[in-house]
Amino acid sequence: MSVAKIGAASYRLKNVGIKGTAAVVGPKEGQGPLGAYFDKVWVSETNHETSFERAERALLEEALNLAVKKANCSWDDVDLVLGGDLLDQIVSTNFVARQHERPLLGLFAACAVFTEALGLGALLIAGQGPKRVAVGAVSHHMAAERQFRFPIELGYQRTPTAAWTATAAGAAILGVAQHEDLLVDTVTFGRVIDYGSKDPNDMGSAMAPAALDSIERHLAATGDRIEDYDGIFTGDLGVFGIDLLQELGSAAGLRFGDRLNDCGKSLYYLKEQDVHNGASGPGCSAGVFSGYLYQRLKKGDWQRLLLVATGALFSPTTYQQGETIPCIAHAVTVSSPGAHAR
Amino acid sequence: MADQENTQRVRAYQELVKSRRPSKPILKNVIYAFFVGGAICEVGQWIQWGFMQNGMTAKEATSPTTVVLIGLGALLTGLGWYDKVVKHGGMGGTLPITGFSNAMVAPAMEFRSEGLVLGVGAKLFTVAGPVLVYGLSAAFVVGLCRYLLTGVA
Repeated sequence: MSVAKIGAASYRLKNVGIKGTAAVVGPKEGQGPLGAYFDKVWVSETNHETSFERAERALLEEALNLAVKKANCSWDDVDLVLGGDLLDQIVSTNFVARQHERPLLGLFAACAVFTEALGLGALLIAGQGPKRVAVGAVSHHMAAERQFRFPIELGYQRTPTAAWTATAAGAAILGVAQHEDLLVDTVTFGRVIDYGSKDPNDMGSAMAPAALDSIERHLAATGDRIEDYDGIFTGDLGVFGIDLLQELGSAAGLRFGDRLNDCGKSLYYLKEQDVHNGASGPGCSAGVFSGYLYQRLKKGDWQRLLLVATGALFSPTTYQQGETIPCIAHAVTVSSPGAHAR
Repeated sequence: MADQENTQRVRAYQELVKSRRPSKPILKNVIYAFFVGGAICEVGQWIQWGFMQNGMTAKEATSPTTVVLIGLGALLTGLGWYDKVVKHGGMGGTLPITGFSNAMVAPAMEFRSEGLVLGVGAKLFTVAGPVLVYGLSAAFVVGLCRYLLTGVA
Protein backbone atom coordinates (compact mmCIF):
# COMPACT_ATOMS: atom_id res chain seq x y z
CA MET A 1 0.00 0.00 0.00
CA SER A 2 1.15 3.46 -0.77
CA VAL A 3 -0.19 6.81 -1.77
CA ALA A 4 1.18 9.45 -4.13
CA LYS A 5 -0.12 12.98 -4.42
CA ILE A 6 -0.51 13.58 -8.14
CA GLY A 7 -2.46 16.83 -8.23
CA ALA A 8 -3.80 19.67 -6.10
CA ALA A 9 -6.33 17.33 -4.50
CA SER A 10 -5.68 14.09 -6.41
CA TYR A 11 -4.07 10.93 -5.10
CA ARG A 12 -2.94 7.67 -6.68
CA LEU A 13 -3.39 4.74 -4.34
CA LYS A 14 -1.72 1.33 -4.49
CA ASN A 15 -3.35 -1.87 -3.35
CA VAL A 16 -6.50 -0.54 -1.76
CA GLY A 17 -9.31 -2.94 -2.53
CA ILE A 18 -13.06 -3.19 -2.10
CA LYS A 19 -13.75 -6.32 -0.07
CA GLY A 20 -17.50 -6.26 -0.47
CA THR A 21 -20.51 -4.01 -0.99
CA ALA A 22 -24.19 -4.10 -0.18
CA ALA A 23 -27.21 -2.07 -1.21
CA VAL A 24 -30.63 -2.02 0.45
CA VAL A 25 -33.42 -0.01 -1.20
CA GLY A 26 -37.08 0.89 -0.89
CA PRO A 27 -39.91 -0.61 -2.97
CA LYS A 28 -39.94 2.11 -5.65
CA GLU A 29 -36.20 1.70 -6.23
CA GLY A 30 -36.66 -2.07 -6.35
CA GLN A 31 -39.22 -1.66 -9.12
CA GLY A 32 -36.78 0.38 -11.19
CA PRO A 33 -34.50 -0.96 -13.94
CA LEU A 34 -31.69 -1.81 -11.47
CA GLY A 35 -33.98 -3.66 -9.04
CA ALA A 36 -32.31 -7.04 -9.60
CA TYR A 37 -28.88 -5.71 -8.58
CA PHE A 38 -29.78 -4.74 -5.03
CA ASP A 39 -29.14 -7.10 -2.12
CA LYS A 40 -32.43 -6.36 -0.49
CA VAL A 41 -35.59 -4.55 -1.54
CA TRP A 42 -37.97 -3.45 1.19
CA VAL A 43 -41.64 -4.25 0.63
CA SER A 44 -42.79 -0.96 2.17
CA GLU A 45 -41.28 2.51 2.57
CA THR A 46 -40.97 2.16 6.34
CA ASN A 47 -40.49 -1.61 6.70
CA HIS A 48 -42.51 -1.58 9.96
CA GLU A 49 -40.42 1.19 11.58
CA THR A 50 -42.45 3.78 13.49
CA SER A 51 -40.97 6.88 11.84
CA PHE A 52 -39.30 7.71 8.53
CA GLU A 53 -36.14 8.68 10.39
CA ARG A 54 -36.01 5.27 12.06
CA ALA A 55 -36.58 3.68 8.67
CA GLU A 56 -33.59 5.58 7.26
CA ARG A 57 -31.41 4.29 10.10
CA ALA A 58 -32.61 0.72 9.60
CA LEU A 59 -31.79 1.01 5.92
CA LEU A 60 -28.19 2.06 6.62
CA GLU A 61 -27.74 -0.50 9.35
CA GLU A 62 -28.90 -3.32 7.10
CA ALA A 63 -26.60 -2.20 4.29
CA LEU A 64 -23.56 -1.94 6.58
CA ASN A 65 -24.25 -5.31 8.24
CA LEU A 66 -24.70 -6.99 4.88
CA ALA A 67 -21.52 -5.42 3.48
CA VAL A 68 -19.51 -6.65 6.49
CA LYS A 69 -20.95 -10.11 5.98
CA LYS A 70 -20.26 -10.13 2.23
CA ALA A 71 -16.68 -8.99 2.86
CA ASN A 72 -16.24 -12.15 4.97
CA CYS A 73 -15.28 -10.26 8.07
CA SER A 74 -16.88 -9.27 11.35
CA TRP A 75 -17.50 -5.84 12.87
CA ASP A 76 -14.49 -6.43 15.15
CA ASP A 77 -12.25 -6.34 12.06
CA VAL A 78 -13.51 -2.90 11.05
CA ASP A 79 -11.13 -0.19 12.30
CA LEU A 80 -13.14 2.82 11.19
CA VAL A 81 -16.54 3.73 9.80
CA LEU A 82 -16.97 6.70 7.44
CA GLY A 83 -20.23 7.98 6.07
CA GLY A 84 -23.05 10.44 6.08
CA ASP A 85 -26.65 11.22 5.25
CA LEU A 86 -28.92 14.19 4.60
CA LEU A 87 -30.75 14.57 7.88
CA ASP A 88 -29.87 17.38 10.30
CA GLN A 89 -26.82 16.54 12.42
CA ILE A 90 -26.34 13.41 10.23
CA VAL A 91 -28.41 11.51 12.78
CA SER A 92 -28.79 8.35 10.70
CA THR A 93 -25.05 7.78 10.49
CA ASN A 94 -24.50 8.71 14.13
CA PHE A 95 -27.36 6.63 15.52
CA VAL A 96 -26.38 3.54 13.53
CA ALA A 97 -22.88 3.85 15.02
CA ARG A 98 -24.53 3.24 18.38
CA GLN A 99 -25.32 -0.27 17.16
CA HIS A 100 -22.02 -1.26 15.55
CA GLU A 101 -19.91 0.53 18.18
CA ARG A 102 -16.95 1.03 15.85
CA PRO A 103 -14.95 4.30 15.67
CA LEU A 104 -16.83 6.75 13.49
CA LEU A 105 -16.00 9.74 11.35
CA GLY A 106 -19.33 11.26 10.34
CA LEU A 107 -19.11 13.23 7.10
CA PHE A 108 -21.36 15.71 5.39
CA ALA A 109 -21.24 16.52 1.72
CA ALA A 110 -24.97 16.21 1.00
CA CYS A 111 -25.44 13.76 -1.89
CA ALA A 112 -21.68 13.64 -2.59
CA VAL A 113 -20.89 11.95 0.70
CA PHE A 114 -20.49 8.42 -0.67
CA THR A 115 -17.45 9.19 -2.83
CA GLU A 116 -16.09 11.48 -0.11
CA ALA A 117 -16.17 8.50 2.28
CA LEU A 118 -14.93 6.04 -0.34
CA GLY A 119 -12.02 8.29 -1.34
CA LEU A 120 -11.12 9.26 2.19
CA GLY A 121 -11.32 5.69 3.48
CA ALA A 122 -9.11 4.44 0.66
CA LEU A 123 -6.64 7.26 1.27
CA LEU A 124 -6.39 6.42 4.98
CA ILE A 125 -5.77 2.75 4.21
CA ALA A 126 -3.16 3.59 1.57
CA GLY A 127 -1.48 5.84 4.11
CA GLN A 128 -1.19 2.78 6.35
CA GLY A 129 -3.62 4.01 8.97
CA PRO A 130 -6.66 1.79 9.46
CA LYS A 131 -6.55 -1.68 7.89
CA ARG A 132 -10.24 -2.02 7.23
CA VAL A 133 -12.76 0.77 6.73
CA ALA A 134 -16.52 0.59 6.28
CA VAL A 135 -18.10 3.38 4.23
CA GLY A 136 -21.79 4.02 3.83
CA ALA A 137 -24.39 6.57 2.83
CA VAL A 138 -28.15 6.63 3.09
CA SER A 139 -31.23 8.66 2.24
CA HIS A 140 -34.94 8.06 2.69
CA HIS A 141 -37.47 9.72 0.43
CA MET A 142 -40.04 10.50 3.12
CA ALA A 143 -37.51 11.70 5.71
CA ALA A 144 -35.90 14.04 3.16
CA GLU A 145 -39.28 15.33 1.95
CA ARG A 146 -40.32 16.39 5.42
CA GLN A 147 -36.98 18.06 6.14
CA PHE A 148 -36.49 19.86 2.83
CA ARG A 149 -39.93 20.18 1.25
CA PHE A 150 -43.48 19.60 2.45
CA PRO A 151 -45.41 17.04 4.50
CA ILE A 152 -45.87 13.81 2.55
CA GLU A 153 -49.64 14.01 2.14
CA LEU A 154 -49.66 17.66 1.09
CA GLY A 155 -50.64 17.97 -2.54
CA TYR A 156 -48.41 20.06 -4.80
CA GLN A 157 -47.00 19.89 -8.29
CA ARG A 158 -43.33 19.12 -8.81
CA THR A 159 -41.47 21.02 -11.48
CA PRO A 160 -39.93 19.07 -14.41
CA THR A 161 -36.43 19.64 -12.95
CA ALA A 162 -37.30 18.36 -9.45
CA ALA A 163 -35.53 15.23 -8.28
CA TRP A 164 -36.91 12.32 -6.29
CA THR A 165 -34.85 11.60 -3.18
CA ALA A 166 -34.10 7.88 -3.27
CA THR A 167 -34.89 5.52 -0.42
CA ALA A 168 -31.59 3.67 -0.56
CA ALA A 169 -28.45 2.81 1.35
CA GLY A 170 -25.14 1.61 0.02
CA ALA A 171 -22.10 0.41 1.92
CA ALA A 172 -18.64 -0.85 1.03
CA ILE A 173 -15.82 -2.42 3.01
CA LEU A 174 -12.33 -1.26 2.05
CA GLY A 175 -9.10 -3.03 2.90
CA VAL A 176 -5.76 -4.19 1.59
CA ALA A 177 -6.38 -5.57 -1.89
CA GLN A 178 -6.15 -9.27 -2.54
CA HIS A 179 -6.13 -10.88 -5.96
CA GLU A 180 -9.82 -10.61 -6.98
CA ASP A 181 -10.73 -7.32 -5.31
CA LEU A 182 -11.71 -4.25 -7.28
CA LEU A 183 -9.22 -1.44 -6.68
CA VAL A 184 -9.73 2.13 -5.62
CA ASP A 185 -7.12 3.63 -7.93
CA THR A 186 -7.24 7.36 -7.89
CA VAL A 187 -9.17 9.94 -5.95
CA THR A 188 -9.85 13.63 -6.52
CA PHE A 189 -11.55 15.62 -3.80
CA GLY A 190 -13.83 18.35 -5.01
CA ARG A 191 -13.85 22.10 -4.53
CA VAL A 192 -16.96 24.03 -3.68
CA ILE A 193 -18.29 25.56 -6.88
CA ASP A 194 -21.13 28.05 -7.07
CA TYR A 195 -22.49 29.17 -10.42
CA GLY A 196 -25.27 31.24 -8.95
CA SER A 197 -28.14 28.75 -9.05
CA LYS A 198 -30.87 29.40 -6.52
CA ASP A 199 -33.63 26.93 -7.27
CA PRO A 200 -33.72 23.99 -4.83
CA ASN A 201 -36.05 22.28 -7.30
CA ASP A 202 -33.30 22.25 -9.90
CA MET A 203 -30.18 20.88 -8.25
CA GLY A 204 -29.00 19.14 -11.42
CA SER A 205 -28.10 22.41 -13.10
CA ALA A 206 -26.58 23.78 -9.87
CA MET A 207 -24.29 20.75 -9.50
CA ALA A 208 -23.22 20.20 -13.12
CA PRO A 209 -20.34 22.77 -12.99
CA ALA A 210 -18.99 21.15 -9.80
CA ALA A 211 -19.05 17.75 -11.50
CA LEU A 212 -17.19 19.14 -14.50
CA ASP A 213 -14.57 20.80 -12.28
CA SER A 214 -13.79 17.56 -10.44
CA ILE A 215 -13.78 15.43 -13.61
CA GLU A 216 -11.48 17.90 -15.40
CA ARG A 217 -9.04 18.02 -12.50
CA HIS A 218 -9.18 14.25 -12.07
CA LEU A 219 -8.36 13.63 -15.73
CA ALA A 220 -5.60 16.24 -15.71
CA ALA A 221 -3.96 14.83 -12.58
CA THR A 222 -4.21 11.16 -13.55
CA GLY A 223 -3.44 11.61 -17.24
CA ASP A 224 -6.49 9.44 -18.01
CA ARG A 225 -8.55 10.08 -21.12
CA ILE A 226 -12.31 9.67 -21.28
CA GLU A 227 -11.80 6.55 -23.44
CA ASP A 228 -9.91 4.91 -20.56
CA TYR A 229 -13.21 4.58 -18.73
CA ASP A 230 -16.06 2.21 -19.49
CA GLY A 231 -18.35 4.47 -17.56
CA ILE A 232 -18.26 7.90 -15.97
CA PHE A 233 -21.14 8.06 -13.52
CA THR A 234 -22.12 11.26 -11.78
CA GLY A 235 -24.22 11.04 -8.61
CA ASP A 236 -27.55 12.75 -9.08
CA LEU A 237 -27.43 15.33 -11.87
CA GLY A 238 -30.46 13.73 -13.46
CA VAL A 239 -31.62 14.19 -17.03
CA PHE A 240 -31.24 17.95 -17.13
CA GLY A 241 -27.94 18.06 -15.23
CA ILE A 242 -26.36 15.46 -17.50
CA ASP A 243 -27.43 17.41 -20.60
CA LEU A 244 -25.77 20.51 -19.16
CA LEU A 245 -22.64 18.57 -18.20
CA GLN A 246 -22.37 17.22 -21.77
CA GLU A 247 -22.64 20.78 -23.02
CA LEU A 248 -20.16 22.23 -20.49
CA GLY A 249 -17.82 19.33 -21.30
CA SER A 250 -17.80 19.98 -25.05
CA ALA A 251 -17.17 23.66 -24.38
CA ALA A 252 -14.15 22.60 -22.28
CA GLY A 253 -12.96 20.14 -24.96
CA LEU A 254 -14.20 16.99 -23.23
CA ARG A 255 -16.38 14.77 -25.39
CA PHE A 256 -18.00 12.39 -22.94
CA GLY A 257 -20.35 10.73 -25.43
CA ASP A 258 -22.38 7.83 -24.07
CA ARG A 259 -19.71 6.94 -21.50
CA LEU A 260 -21.18 9.65 -19.33
CA ASN A 261 -24.16 8.56 -17.30
CA ASP A 262 -25.75 9.37 -13.98
CA CYS A 263 -26.81 7.24 -11.03
CA GLY A 264 -29.91 9.38 -10.56
CA LYS A 265 -30.91 8.99 -14.19
CA SER A 266 -30.45 5.20 -14.00
CA LEU A 267 -32.28 4.28 -10.80
CA TYR A 268 -35.87 4.63 -12.02
CA TYR A 269 -37.97 4.28 -15.16
CA LEU A 270 -38.22 8.06 -15.39
CA LYS A 271 -41.57 8.34 -17.19
CA GLU A 272 -43.39 5.31 -15.80
CA GLN A 273 -42.30 5.95 -12.22
CA ASP A 274 -42.97 9.67 -12.57
CA VAL A 275 -39.74 10.97 -11.06
CA HIS A 276 -39.16 13.95 -13.37
CA ASN A 277 -35.40 14.70 -13.36
CA GLY A 278 -34.41 11.38 -11.73
CA ALA A 279 -33.20 10.20 -8.35
CA SER A 280 -31.17 12.17 -5.82
CA GLY A 281 -29.86 11.79 -2.28
CA PRO A 282 -26.71 10.30 -0.74
CA GLY A 283 -28.30 6.86 -1.02
CA CYS A 284 -28.62 7.28 -4.79
CA SER A 285 -24.93 7.10 -5.72
CA ALA A 286 -24.21 4.79 -2.74
CA GLY A 287 -26.93 2.32 -3.70
CA VAL A 288 -26.33 2.41 -7.46
CA PHE A 289 -22.59 1.90 -6.97
CA SER A 290 -22.83 -0.77 -4.25
CA GLY A 291 -25.50 -2.66 -6.19
CA TYR A 292 -25.30 -2.14 -9.92
CA LEU A 293 -21.93 -0.55 -10.80
CA TYR A 294 -19.88 -2.77 -8.48
CA GLN A 295 -21.36 -5.86 -10.09
CA ARG A 296 -20.74 -4.59 -13.63
CA LEU A 297 -17.04 -4.24 -12.73
CA LYS A 298 -16.90 -7.47 -10.74
CA LYS A 299 -18.40 -9.51 -13.57
CA GLY A 300 -15.83 -8.07 -15.95
CA ASP A 301 -18.33 -6.19 -18.16
CA TRP A 302 -16.35 -3.09 -17.35
CA GLN A 303 -12.70 -2.53 -16.43
CA ARG A 304 -12.68 1.02 -15.14
CA LEU A 305 -15.29 3.30 -13.67
CA LEU A 306 -15.16 6.94 -12.62
CA LEU A 307 -17.73 7.63 -9.93
CA VAL A 308 -18.39 11.32 -9.29
CA ALA A 309 -21.01 11.81 -6.59
CA THR A 310 -22.42 15.34 -6.59
CA GLY A 311 -23.77 17.35 -3.69
CA ALA A 312 -25.76 20.58 -3.31
CA LEU A 313 -24.59 22.12 -0.05
CA PHE A 314 -27.60 24.19 0.93
CA SER A 315 -30.10 24.09 3.76
CA PRO A 316 -33.76 25.14 3.83
CA THR A 317 -32.67 28.25 5.75
CA THR A 318 -30.09 29.37 3.16
CA TYR A 319 -32.42 29.11 0.19
CA GLN A 320 -35.23 30.86 2.06
CA GLN A 321 -32.75 33.67 2.68
CA GLY A 322 -32.13 33.86 -1.05
CA GLU A 323 -28.59 32.49 -1.02
CA THR A 324 -27.19 30.67 -4.05
CA ILE A 325 -26.44 26.94 -3.87
CA PRO A 326 -22.76 25.95 -3.47
CA CYS A 327 -22.01 22.50 -4.86
CA ILE A 328 -19.29 19.88 -4.63
CA ALA A 329 -18.28 16.65 -6.40
CA HIS A 330 -15.75 14.04 -5.36
CA ALA A 331 -14.29 11.72 -8.02
CA VAL A 332 -13.07 8.16 -7.43
CA THR A 333 -11.71 5.72 -10.02
CA VAL A 334 -12.57 2.08 -9.35
CA SER A 335 -10.99 -0.55 -11.56
CA SER A 336 -10.76 -4.30 -11.91
CA PRO A 337 -7.36 -5.82 -11.02
CA GLY A 338 -6.67 -6.63 -14.69
CA ALA A 339 -7.11 -3.03 -15.75
CA HIS A 340 -4.67 -1.93 -13.08
CA ALA A 341 -1.83 -4.00 -14.55
CA ARG A 342 -2.32 -2.23 -17.88
CA MET B 1 -10.62 41.31 -12.79
CA ALA B 2 -11.07 37.77 -11.54
CA ASP B 3 -14.36 38.81 -10.00
CA GLN B 4 -15.54 40.25 -13.28
CA GLU B 5 -14.64 37.05 -15.14
CA ASN B 6 -16.49 35.11 -12.49
CA THR B 7 -19.63 37.21 -12.81
CA GLN B 8 -19.54 36.80 -16.56
CA ARG B 9 -19.11 33.04 -16.31
CA VAL B 10 -21.96 32.78 -13.85
CA ARG B 11 -24.23 34.90 -16.01
CA ALA B 12 -23.40 32.89 -19.13
CA TYR B 13 -24.11 29.65 -17.30
CA GLN B 14 -27.42 30.85 -15.90
CA GLU B 15 -28.45 31.88 -19.39
CA LEU B 16 -27.56 28.44 -20.71
CA VAL B 17 -29.58 26.84 -17.90
CA LYS B 18 -32.55 29.06 -18.62
CA SER B 19 -32.50 28.30 -22.33
CA ARG B 20 -32.30 24.54 -21.78
CA ARG B 21 -34.59 24.12 -18.81
CA PRO B 22 -37.49 21.82 -19.68
CA SER B 23 -40.67 23.88 -19.68
CA LYS B 24 -43.65 23.15 -17.50
CA PRO B 25 -46.62 21.69 -19.40
CA ILE B 26 -48.65 24.85 -18.76
CA LEU B 27 -51.52 24.20 -21.19
CA LYS B 28 -52.02 20.65 -19.87
CA ASN B 29 -51.82 21.93 -16.27
CA VAL B 30 -54.38 24.66 -16.92
CA ILE B 31 -56.84 22.27 -18.55
CA TYR B 32 -56.46 19.74 -15.70
CA ALA B 33 -56.84 22.53 -13.13
CA PHE B 34 -60.04 23.69 -14.82
CA PHE B 35 -61.63 20.26 -14.74
CA VAL B 36 -60.39 19.16 -11.30
CA GLY B 37 -61.29 22.50 -9.70
CA GLY B 38 -64.59 22.49 -11.60
CA ALA B 39 -65.40 18.97 -10.43
CA ILE B 40 -64.77 19.89 -6.78
CA CYS B 41 -67.01 22.96 -7.12
CA GLU B 42 -69.66 20.80 -8.79
CA VAL B 43 -69.59 18.41 -5.83
CA GLY B 44 -69.90 21.40 -3.48
CA GLN B 45 -72.87 22.67 -5.46
CA TRP B 46 -74.64 19.29 -5.20
CA ILE B 47 -74.03 19.24 -1.44
CA GLN B 48 -75.47 22.75 -1.12
CA TRP B 49 -78.54 21.76 -3.16
CA GLY B 50 -78.88 18.72 -0.90
CA PHE B 51 -79.12 20.97 2.15
CA MET B 52 -81.54 23.29 0.33
CA GLN B 53 -83.78 20.33 -0.49
CA ASN B 54 -84.10 19.90 3.26
CA GLY B 55 -85.47 23.36 3.79
CA MET B 56 -82.40 25.59 4.15
CA THR B 57 -81.97 28.82 2.21
CA ALA B 58 -78.91 29.12 -0.08
CA LYS B 59 -77.22 31.32 2.52
CA GLU B 60 -77.97 28.96 5.39
CA ALA B 61 -76.64 26.01 3.39
CA THR B 62 -73.23 27.67 2.86
CA SER B 63 -71.74 26.85 6.24
CA PRO B 64 -72.71 23.16 6.43
CA THR B 65 -71.57 22.71 2.80
CA THR B 66 -68.17 24.11 3.73
CA VAL B 67 -67.97 21.76 6.70
CA VAL B 68 -68.78 18.73 4.55
CA LEU B 69 -66.17 19.75 1.94
CA ILE B 70 -63.51 20.23 4.63
CA GLY B 71 -64.40 16.78 5.97
CA LEU B 72 -64.11 15.27 2.50
CA GLY B 73 -60.71 16.93 1.97
CA ALA B 74 -59.51 15.62 5.32
CA LEU B 75 -60.79 12.12 4.54
CA LEU B 76 -59.09 12.02 1.14
CA THR B 77 -55.87 13.34 2.69
CA GLY B 78 -56.00 10.64 5.35
CA LEU B 79 -56.51 7.99 2.69
CA GLY B 80 -53.46 9.35 0.86
CA TRP B 81 -55.47 10.37 -2.23
CA TYR B 82 -55.67 14.14 -2.05
CA ASP B 83 -51.98 14.70 -2.92
CA LYS B 84 -52.69 12.80 -6.14
CA VAL B 85 -55.65 15.06 -6.87
CA VAL B 86 -53.42 18.15 -6.57
CA LYS B 87 -50.54 16.52 -8.43
CA HIS B 88 -52.76 16.42 -11.51
CA GLY B 89 -55.15 19.23 -10.73
CA GLY B 90 -52.64 21.80 -9.45
CA MET B 91 -54.38 24.99 -8.32
CA GLY B 92 -57.69 23.32 -9.18
CA GLY B 93 -57.06 21.09 -6.17
CA THR B 94 -55.26 23.60 -3.93
CA LEU B 95 -57.60 26.58 -4.17
CA PRO B 96 -60.97 25.07 -3.14
CA ILE B 97 -61.54 24.63 0.59
CA THR B 98 -60.69 20.92 0.25
CA GLY B 99 -57.13 22.08 -0.55
CA PHE B 100 -57.07 24.14 2.63
CA SER B 101 -58.21 21.07 4.53
CA ASN B 102 -55.35 19.11 2.92
CA ALA B 103 -52.89 21.82 4.02
CA MET B 104 -54.06 21.40 7.64
CA VAL B 105 -54.43 17.63 7.81
CA ALA B 106 -51.15 16.75 6.01
CA PRO B 107 -48.90 18.37 8.68
CA ALA B 108 -51.18 17.03 11.44
CA MET B 109 -50.54 13.49 10.18
CA GLU B 110 -46.90 14.11 9.45
CA PHE B 111 -45.77 15.59 12.75
CA ARG B 112 -47.53 13.09 15.01
CA SER B 113 -44.13 11.43 15.33
CA GLU B 114 -42.87 14.49 17.25
CA GLY B 115 -45.73 14.35 19.75
CA LEU B 116 -49.00 16.23 20.21
CA VAL B 117 -47.50 19.48 21.53
CA LEU B 118 -44.15 20.03 19.78
CA GLY B 119 -45.24 18.02 16.75
CA VAL B 120 -48.88 18.43 15.76
CA GLY B 121 -49.49 21.53 17.90
CA ALA B 122 -46.46 23.47 16.74
CA LYS B 123 -46.44 22.38 13.11
CA LEU B 124 -50.15 22.30 12.29
CA PHE B 125 -50.02 25.68 10.55
CA THR B 126 -46.67 25.31 8.76
CA VAL B 127 -48.40 25.18 5.38
CA ALA B 128 -51.69 26.97 6.04
CA GLY B 129 -50.13 29.63 8.33
CA PRO B 130 -49.06 32.05 5.59
CA VAL B 131 -52.46 31.70 3.91
CA LEU B 132 -54.18 32.63 7.17
CA VAL B 133 -51.82 35.50 8.00
CA TYR B 134 -52.09 37.18 4.62
CA GLY B 135 -55.72 36.21 4.07
CA LEU B 136 -56.76 37.83 7.36
CA SER B 137 -54.50 40.85 6.74
CA ALA B 138 -55.97 41.37 3.28
CA ALA B 139 -59.52 41.05 4.67
CA PHE B 140 -58.70 43.68 7.30
CA VAL B 141 -57.31 46.12 4.72
CA VAL B 142 -60.26 45.61 2.38
CA GLY B 143 -62.70 46.00 5.27
CA LEU B 144 -61.00 49.22 6.37
CA CYS B 145 -61.14 50.66 2.84
CA ARG B 146 -64.80 49.78 2.60
CA TYR B 147 -65.50 51.50 5.90
CA LEU B 148 -63.59 54.65 4.91
CA LEU B 149 -65.25 54.84 1.50
CA THR B 150 -68.82 53.85 2.29
CA GLY B 151 -69.10 54.24 6.05
CA VAL B 152 -70.49 50.69 6.29
CA ALA B 153 -68.64 48.66 8.93
